[in-house]
Amino acid sequence: MSEQIAPTRTPAFEARLKKRYAAEKRFKTMGLSAIVFSIAVLIYLLGSMTINGIGGFQRAEVAVPMDFTQAGISADPSVMGTSGAVQSLEAQGLPDVVEYFAVEELGEEGAEEIGSQAWRDVAAAISADPGIVERQETFWIPASANLAQGLAGEGSAEIQALASSLAEEGKLAKNFDTGFFTRADATNPQQVGIWGALKGSILTMIVTLALAFPIGVLAALYLEEYAPKNRWTDLIELSINNLAAVPSIIFGLLGLAVFLTIFPSYRSAPLIGGMTLALMTMPVIVIAGRNAIKAVPPSIRDGALAVGASPVQVVFHHVLPLALPGILTGTIIGMARALGETAPLLMIGMRAFVASPPDSFTAPATVLPMQIFLWSDEIDRGFVERTSAAIIVLLLFLLVMNGLAIYLRNKFEKKW
Amino acid sequence: MVTVVHPNLSDTDAKMSARDVSVFYGDKKAIDNVSIDIPTKYVTAFIGPSGCGKSTFLRTLNRMNDTIPSARVEGEITLDGDDIYQSGMDVVQLRARVGMVFQKPNPFPKSIYENIAYGPKIHGLAEGKDELDAVVEKSLRRAGLWEEVKDRLQDSGTALSGGQQQRLCIARAIAVDPEVILMDEPCSALDPIATAKIEELIDELNGRYAIVIVTHSMQQAARVSQRTAFFHLGKMVEYGRTSDIFTNPLEKRTQDYITGRYG
Repeated sequence: MSEQIAPTRTPAFEARLKKRYAAEKRFKTMGLSAIVFSIAVLIYLLGSMTINGIGGFQRAEVAVPMDFTQAGISADPSVMGTSGAVQSLEAQGLPDVVEYFAVEELGEEGAEEIGSQAWRDVAAAISADPGIVERQETFWIPASANLAQGLAGEGSAEIQALASSLAEEGKLAKNFDTGFFTRADATNPQQVGIWGALKGSILTMIVTLALAFPIGVLAALYLEEYAPKNRWTDLIELSINNLAAVPSIIFGLLGLAVFLTIFPSYRSAPLIGGMTLALMTMPVIVIAGRNAIKAVPPSIRDGALAVGASPVQVVFHHVLPLALPGILTGTIIGMARALGETAPLLMIGMRAFVASPPDSFTAPATVLPMQIFLWSDEIDRGFVERTSAAIIVLLLFLLVMNGLAIYLRNKFEKKW
Repeated sequence: MVTVVHPNLSDTDAKMSARDVSVFYGDKKAIDNVSIDIPTKYVTAFIGPSGCGKSTFLRTLNRMNDTIPSARVEGEITLDGDDIYQSGMDVVQLRARVGMVFQKPNPFPKSIYENIAYGPKIHGLAEGKDELDAVVEKSLRRAGLWEEVKDRLQDSGTALSGGQQQRLCIARAIAVDPEVILMDEPCSALDPIATAKIEELIDELNGRYAIVIVTHSMQQAARVSQRTAFFHLGKMVEYGRTSDIFTNPLEKRTQDYITGRYG
């Protein structure tokens, strides 16, 4: 009898084994490099955005000392702090006073480069603290767009020379611009703010969530738990899947044709924008919701039915709580997409120039991505940094929204 | 082929009765003309090889088959003389009266307390926290789980061991005070020690509730039941006292199954 080698110990087998390990190693390397690549791209994106955008949160300001004891401006405490304050100060000639001090400090040439609306900042400060009119105070007031460019090393030789001489004297500097977070759009990059668009986005998202979440979840629950399985429900399922894939501009046309026909006076309003985006978000929530509901183990349903729970109780006491984390994940995806959407909002007039933050769901508004689009289209160089800053605000908003959703998801997540 | 019912069965008080019950899944007949009386005081075991329809038949007794769209039941099943498939019978009430324990322990992913309290809460059987606490304690005591979990009632029910989970499910069924408890292979996912505890528990519950148990283990049927029905290919072959079925079966197929010739 000849010596028989087991088939798993032959040299051929060992060669094959080596090949298998090599294949595994190759696959691991490829996967790892894919991840490294995407992380590198992400870091580059965030890094360049941050570096460009930091400047957008600052603005060039000029220091002007003002001695109000001689200006003859009176701050009536009953008017200050109200909406009439700015008007009252304007009537008393505050713009001229501010210009006078600017000429005193910077000379005729320098005073030209003070933003024409700079006195409004002074007025706001007086309104907040009427005591200012009885003392001397140095104000940092916004420089003109021209001077701001000069400080950045652009524009004509004269303005660059003026900017550098003022900067050397410590009278011109880039300061953190808190007003960026309280103002709305403007034609002058020195005067723009993001709050208008941010508030527009928040209001629009509230409308979208309030419509898309309940409708989407109820539709998903009905389709999974109650609807008979027949041709009609198949058709509905097909339609919902198709809706999720429809290009967003089509939803904009729908919003234009339907919502603006019903509510013609709400053009550009967050209400209409939110309704349009809800149409787009709902199918995503329905699809994610149905998958989450399908994933609830049937044994839990059986257990609840067997102690005598009615179908509605089974759904609301057991299925929905267990499916909620999955539904929330779908909602995050849908809402994140809606937040970054511009195309459908173009159609319903949310690309308008809106110079004051919307004060209600029906006031004209714009949204963050639209604001970014509008600013990136501006010729004035000052808008470049502002655009980057707006992008950072948009990404932060997205992060906060997703963070909240992930927190909620983890809170509801249960293990079995 | 008619079911052989042992003549010495003298159960006069049938809790549930099935008359000529057939169950269809679509066109497929899963249960063929089964008639059986389930006594009030005893444990009834359904035995038979896999796929013989014993679980299907069990699930018709509290209409759990309603959840399967293609399932259809013919014939008559009564609980205390009322037809449970008649339109007048409320299925929620039926399931409160006929509780069920499943093959795989399926506690809700909630606290132990919530698991037990759920049934009484939805049926409004306990008023106020004190009464609910009492129901929870009583049910857990009856299920023999109280001593093990009394200090961690707020822990998740799913954190218990498999055997404890199954006893939790039994406690959950008991909590709504049912008249009948259906058990669908309650020990098939458990180790021998946990199985012994469940069997002990079934012994203790015997007499208080009518119990119907489906089991693959003939030893288990012999240990816990007083009545045994043998199912084969969707038909009930033989029904009688457990002692008679195991020592003196009248049918050859029953004899073959219990002696391990097939199944």
